[in-house]
Amino acid sequence: MNPIRSTETDGALESDPNVGALVSAPEPQAPALIDQDDLTVGDVVATREFHLTRDSLVRYAGASGDFNPIHYRDDIAQSVGLPGVLAHGMLTMGIAVQSVVDWLGTSGQVLDYQVRFTRPVPVDPETGATIGVTAKIGVLDAAGARVDLTVTFDGSTVLGKAQVRVVFGAPSIAGASELSDV
Amino acid sequence: MNPGLQGRVFAPTAPYLVGREKVREFSRAVFATSALNFDLDAALSAGYSDLVAPPTFAVVVQESTLAQLLAEPDAGIDFTRVVHGDQRFSYTRPIVAGDELTATLTVASVKSLGGHSMVTAESTIVDSSGAHVVTAISTLVVRGDE
Repeated sequence: MNPIRSTETDGALESDPNVGALVSAPEPQAPALIDQDDLTVGDVVATREFHLTRDSLVRYAGASGDFNPIHYRDDIAQSVGLPGVLAHGMLTMGIAVQSVVDWLGTSGQVLDYQVRFTRPVPVDPETGATIGVTAKIGVLDAAGARVDLTVTFDGSTVLGKAQVRVVFGAPSIAGASELSDV
Repeated sequence: MNPGLQGRVFAPTAPYLVGREKVREFSRAVFATSALNFDLDAALSAGYSDLVAPPTFAVVVQESTLAQLLAEPDAGIDFTRVVHGDQRFSYTRPIVAGDELTATLTVASVKSLGGHSMVTAESTIVDSSGAHVVTAISTLVVRGDE
């Protein structure tokens, strides 16, 4: 199977309230499972865009329990020297990895994920903020693959060393799997 | 920041029961679309015992350990000066609905760098059988006086 997937911009899911302001939908889940042997270092496995609005931040605050007011009050954000309300770094991190989760489908699992927060993402009250994500195979080894993410806002990278470790194959009995540490 | 924090191990947090609707709520908030996060039948047929939580869900459980750290009387951490530097989740297995998770915080390191301090907080999260599920590691930067 061709691991390279292009950005979908048909907006088919835009009206689905479950996915908020998603502007680029993933392709329908591929019936064939990903075979690690078909992958090559450098393959781009996902290119996505995600559109954040202030609503997205409120939703994430509630879901995560992070109620730091710099993520919903411009006056407080500005009082600590910020241009205005920022996206939670953990929201940007959580969204970016969805590119890999959607690519993997049921072919495997994300077992390690790390990022460095290098630049804030201001979210305009009217126009929001669009985050671009490119996921590329960085390493292939006995443990699986390392997928490297490039995450940008307004032409600049906002996450550094964004690396996702995936293992291929079905889970052993969930709740108590025996997958080795990566 | 108090350099004596390095190596300190905190008391385990109260067990956190991962609810199915919480998994769905968090999944929607991070723009997840995978059926494994929303559809029980899909999760079961893929071999999981219940809905699968997104990779960053562990932050919900980790959060109470960071609160312990910031509340530590002798830590000397001014919350208004804290910036999240980096974050990592290392899983043994994904979190699924029904898990009862307990987190134990260890302060892995405390460093000073050009007037700023950096603390690396490592929260080890285990299930009700005591088996490791995920370790969540945060580096917090505490800005010095400017």
